[in-house]
Amino acid sequence: MRVGTPRVLWCRTLCIQDIVGLIEKGRKMSDLLQTPLHDLHVKLGAKMVPFAGYSMPVQYKLGVMKEHIHTRTKAGLFDVSHMGQVMVQGDGAAAALEMLIPVDVVGLGQDRQRYGFFTNEAGGITDDLMLANRGDHIFVVVNAACKSADIAHMKANLEPAVQVMPITDRALLALQGPSAEAVLSALDPAAAQMKFMDVATLSLNGAECWVSRSGYTGEDGYEISVPNSQAVALAEALIAHDDVEPIGLGARDSLRLEGGLCLYGHDIDTKTTPVQAGLTWAIQKVRRAGGDRAGGFPGAEIILEEMDAGAARKRVGLHPEGRAPMREGVPLFAAAEGGAEVGVITSGGFGPTVEGPVAMGYLPTDLAKPDTVVYGELRGKRLPLTVVKMPFTPANFKR
Amino acid sequence: MKYTEEHEWLRAEDDIIVVGITEHATTQLGDIVFVELPDVGTVVTKDDEVVVIESVKAASDILAPIDGEIVEVNDALTDNPSLTNEDAIGDGWFFKIKASDPSQMDEYMDEAAYKAMIE
Repeated sequence: MRVGTPRVLWCRTLCIQDIVGLIEKGRKMSDLLQTPLHDLHVKLGAKMVPFAGYSMPVQYKLGVMKEHIHTRTKAGLFDVSHMGQVMVQGDGAAAALEMLIPVDVVGLGQDRQRYGFFTNEAGGITDDLMLANRGDHIFVVVNAACKSADIAHMKANLEPAVQVMPITDRALLALQGPSAEAVLSALDPAAAQMKFMDVATLSLNGAECWVSRSGYTGEDGYEISVPNSQAVALAEALIAHDDVEPIGLGARDSLRLEGGLCLYGHDIDTKTTPVQAGLTWAIQKVRRAGGDRAGGFPGAEIILEEMDAGAARKRVGLHPEGRAPMREGVPLFAAAEGGAEVGVITSGGFGPTVEGPVAMGYLPTDLAKPDTVVYGELRGKRLPLTVVKMPFTPANFKR
Repeated sequence: MKYTEEHEWLRAEDDIIVVGITEHATTQLGDIVFVELPDVGTVVTKDDEVVVIESVKAASDILAPIDGEIVEVNDALTDNPSLTNEDAIGDGWFFKIKASDPSQMDEYMDEAAYKAMIE
């Protein structure tokens, strides 16, 4: 059995390794950073892999498929402490962030959260993120592989008018799935009062936690920022519940893919604009052409122009016919034979809930309509895929 | 039973060799979600790619361990690829090959040597 050559694997999840991979290849596991939950992962039988500079659990004993299904049917606990947590504080913090992020931060209500992204002068996306208005500061959560660049970017552009403070004394857990509300509200009943994209400070297992009702699986659930020193005890208390299993990065990737959610570095990057990526829903009216605070972010001219004129290509959901997964990098063609490559798959794999292969990728706008059939070239053969609306599995949020 | 360095097992039934992958391999691969088998009657040379397997984490090739003709494939895997996870050395076999040179089997490891390799 020859694994992976020349098709490199694990790409779906480990691909942020594309960015840091070269560094990590020469690096021993012992040089990797560890989250406060590292020893717990090992104790729980996790398979640890390098990811964005950290040693992270890619799966536990259940395996990717069962972990995925468990999260969709009960609840899964994820360690996402490798992600960057940042407080932006000071008068005008929200307005300052609007200089870097094309979303309505000023209008974000207290105790509410919103999706966003940093853009560059070319209109590309340099990272995607979550923003929360926690009263006296904006709490920002960014991707692990991008966090040092994001923090430097914010510091360079926003200080000294506001303070950009990386939070390194807190771990980040995600509890996701239909049982999440019952599990968390047993620790603090206030968890049940939160709606999708609310944030609150909860007391969980004796720890003061900054909690949002959101996640990266397409399921209802919470993300929980907990002091490092109390993180293991909280994780153990959550896993002690019959409905909760620890879930690794492998299932996190298949869950978010079925949920139609972008993975930075794959489905979106500096070469894709928010319009091409189908993320204009995250750019509220007030920041669009004609809005009170239109533009004013990097690449605004390009992005707003593209919103008006339409993008030449679009991110789409793709349903491969048959059972063969089509993964990142598979080239797409308009016809079963001949013609030039018209697009590419940016994420793909097997969807355990869909019980079949699922993918997303970019296609020219005229081929991006649902029900259009295109062809992916796999092992020298062109196999049909149908353009479909995302998510692949219905979102299960508590609105 | 013989074993290859690529984690295939080979079981001789007279001059027919049954080929599958080891439990160790399935553990490494994780849940198998797709298997593409060769056509019966295909004549293969040692090291030809004959089977593609996709797990939740990887695409892998199974190479022909010897020269010969594919005489039977395990069609049950097409609809139920997880058979290989459930019973790697039994119901999860991939194909049977009629060896054109049975002496090619001699180079492969016995169980003790294979166990030593994966430890």
